[in-house]
Amino acid sequence: MSKPFEPKIVAFVCTYCTYAGADLAGTSRLKYPPNIRMVRLPCTGRISPMFILKALQKGADGVLVSGCHPGDCHFTHGNYHARRRWTVFRALLNFTGIPLERIRFSWISAAEGVKFAELISSLTEDIRKLGPFEQYKAMIHETEAPVSL
Amino acid sequence: MAKIGVFICHCGENIGAKIDCTRLTSAMNDHPGVSVSVEYKYFCSDPGQENVKKAIREHNLTGVVVAACSPRMHEATFRKACAEAGLNPYLCEIANIREQCSWVHTDQDMATEKAIEITRSLIEKVKLNNELQPIEVPVTKRALVIGGGIAGIQAALDIANAGQEVVLVEREPSLGGHMAQLSETFPTLDCSQCIMTPRMVEAAQHPKIRLLTYSEIEQVEGFIGNFKVRIRQKSRYVDMKACTGCGDCIQKCPQKKISDEFDCALGKRPAIYTPFAQAVPNIPVIDKEHCTFFKNGKCKVCQKVCETNAINFEMQDEFLDLEIGAIVVATGFQIQNTAMYGEYGYGKYADVITGLQFERLASASGPTAGKILRPSDGKEPQTIVFIQCAGSRDPSKGVKYCSKICCMYTAKHAMLYAHKVHGGKAHVFYMDIRAAGKGYDEFTRRAIEEDEAAYLRGRVSKVWQENGKLMVRGVDTLLGKPVEIAADMVVLATAITPQPDAREFAKVVGIGCDEYGFYNEAHLKLRPVETATAGIFLAGACQSPKDIPDSVSQASACASKVIGLFSRDQLEREPVIAINNESTCSGCWGCALACPYNAIEKKDILSRSGELIKQVAFINPGLCQGCGTCVTFCRSNSIDLAGFTEKQIFAEVMGL
Repeated sequence: MSKPFEPKIVAFVCTYCTYAGADLAGTSRLKYPPNIRMVRLPCTGRISPMFILKALQKGADGVLVSGCHPGDCHFTHGNYHARRRWTVFRALLNFTGIPLERIRFSWISAAEGVKFAELISSLTEDIRKLGPFEQYKAMIHETEAPVSL
Repeated sequence: MAKIGVFICHCGENIGAKIDCTRLTSAMNDHPGVSVSVEYKYFCSDPGQENVKKAIREHNLTGVVVAACSPRMHEATFRKACAEAGLNPYLCEIANIREQCSWVHTDQDMATEKAIEITRSLIEKVKLNNELQPIEVPVTKRALVIGGGIAGIQAALDIANAGQEVVLVEREPSLGGHMAQLSETFPTLDCSQCIMTPRMVEAAQHPKIRLLTYSEIEQVEGFIGNFKVRIRQKSRYVDMKACTGCGDCIQKCPQKKISDEFDCALGKRPAIYTPFAQAVPNIPVIDKEHCTFFKNGKCKVCQKVCETNAINFEMQDEFLDLEIGAIVVATGFQIQNTAMYGEYGYGKYADVITGLQFERLASASGPTAGKILRPSDGKEPQTIVFIQCAGSRDPSKGVKYCSKICCMYTAKHAMLYAHKVHGGKAHVFYMDIRAAGKGYDEFTRRAIEEDEAAYLRGRVSKVWQENGKLMVRGVDTLLGKPVEIAADMVVLATAITPQPDAREFAKVVGIGCDEYGFYNEAHLKLRPVETATAGIFLAGACQSPKDIPDSVSQASACASKVIGLFSRDQLEREPVIAINNESTCSGCWGCALACPYNAIEKKDILSRSGELIKQVAFINPGLCQGCGTCVTFCRSNSIDLAGFTEKQIFAEVMGL
């Protein structure tokens, strides 16, 4: 019997809100599926669209970008920049045919451990339903390394 | 060639019971570039740290990954251990396999697999870490305390008594805050003004404290040790140097019927006034909105009677720019408007009042000189009903939280009432009595047992007027019976809420709020007086509802933090800052637009003969806070963020 499909999801999060929220989920001993891999950054403002492409290139089936709620950014407005960037980037993704359901954007504060656990659970479920992201892997195969340093 | 050491912590059972640490250790030993991978029960312990240091020296390591708890917990611990072993502390990374792995997953196999990936990706990152040096910044040894209530006064006095300069800013015309409005204080029944006013005078006369009343904070820029603050000194229309505080102007002002804010609308005041008799400074202000001269262009009676020519109608707001090293926010609270409880009749019936209004009635300096009299007809109420939780602990109409002080002040009110109105009867409707604190439970017992307040456990459903009485209908849930009381006065224990402009002010200062607008501390338990913004501290009820002892303790805690900060001449800052490659920078200034700290300046690149070749961005390392927004914004890929470079992140992702 082959193993059931376990999606791999890469999360790019800011250290002040979402990373702390994930820590809170841990200290509260909440449970969520182990499919998520966190990459800690100072602020969502630091998150380049290239990171998302890189994660897909590495074989991620889904990507999460999460930071502080609007108005709560530790760096005052890095999250607004991230949101604007995402708005533009999603149009580009849409144009290139990458399904937007594979990339999720959310706000999770340092106090929202429960919300974090719930989000990861539902996101994992959604990505599991979408199945492995073969389309992007095939694209990489055709063009060879579309994203270089 | 990278020589990475990987240290896998069991954290007792916390990690060890869920993750197969032996498998993780051997997987890491096989990873390219890893010189040594070991597991241990507690790496944060002294012998654990010794192990790390020994391995760094023995294997001549070029990088360290500790797979353990969250970096928010022990990153500093392990970086320090690395530094002690001669390895640059920024060549150490933490793989979070506890909070974000062993504690949250149930399947051992998958948790171990995840731990391997997390650790592997940080090994890949640390291979590209650079040696970084902490940035040293100078400290301006001058504190700003915002808010002149008891918390602000206490913080200012403690800092000043340690020999440091303080600027104390209060937006009202006088120091004092809410505490100055109170009659007696629980649980000792000290007269509030008797214990408060000496502190106010001490703060005003302290050689190290610069007091700015009737002033507001306009702008806060900069960072810990180096804030730049702009303060607006609102025009009082009274020259503070010339005024002697004789009070003639107040006596002669023809406008006498302005609702008095300090007396919670129970009294009247003129247009030129001091909030209360013991005001500090004892210098009046002109209320421009109500002043006859400002409204009609005629009057100036105050100017005519002033013997020192202190009245100046031409006065303008002034701005003061100050350099500040640390900020204490002590902006206090307001009481919630009770209009949402239409059934209690607040605003409709004059004799339904708030707890704060009762304080003014009971205060010797209040509108009734300390007599408990009904606002409607000035008669002594023979029956009085106190309604607790009139807003607190009511998610549907009021606020979810407990306002903490109402149980105590209602017990105090019932006591004061019993002492002042002999033969009067006090009834208290309550949900629970929350009297945790030194001498607090004894105090509420005294109200019930000695002063015979009738405590009824239940809610009030309606208050209405009938035959000159306020009829209060409620329920006594302990007897399981409805209750109706014909009262002469009803006092509502209203909820404590943040200042109306708390959210906007948080943005000015650069701190966070919770869902209600109370200011967020850095950590509820372990860093309760710090905010997430380094160098800004919280004292008093701006953080959450607090009584006087708690506010004072927190203020003193803030002061100790500030004094600790000022004990150093230089501060060390994390070297996580953006660095620009000037040779590729095209000078488009996109980064400058993105920077929240105005840290990006223009720099001229000159040829040998002194001709301008181009202008590039220069990132001021003192101002940069390291958010990295400019890095992502940069069109020519010229900027990078130390500690989180593009290459490091790509390597981290590829390691997953």
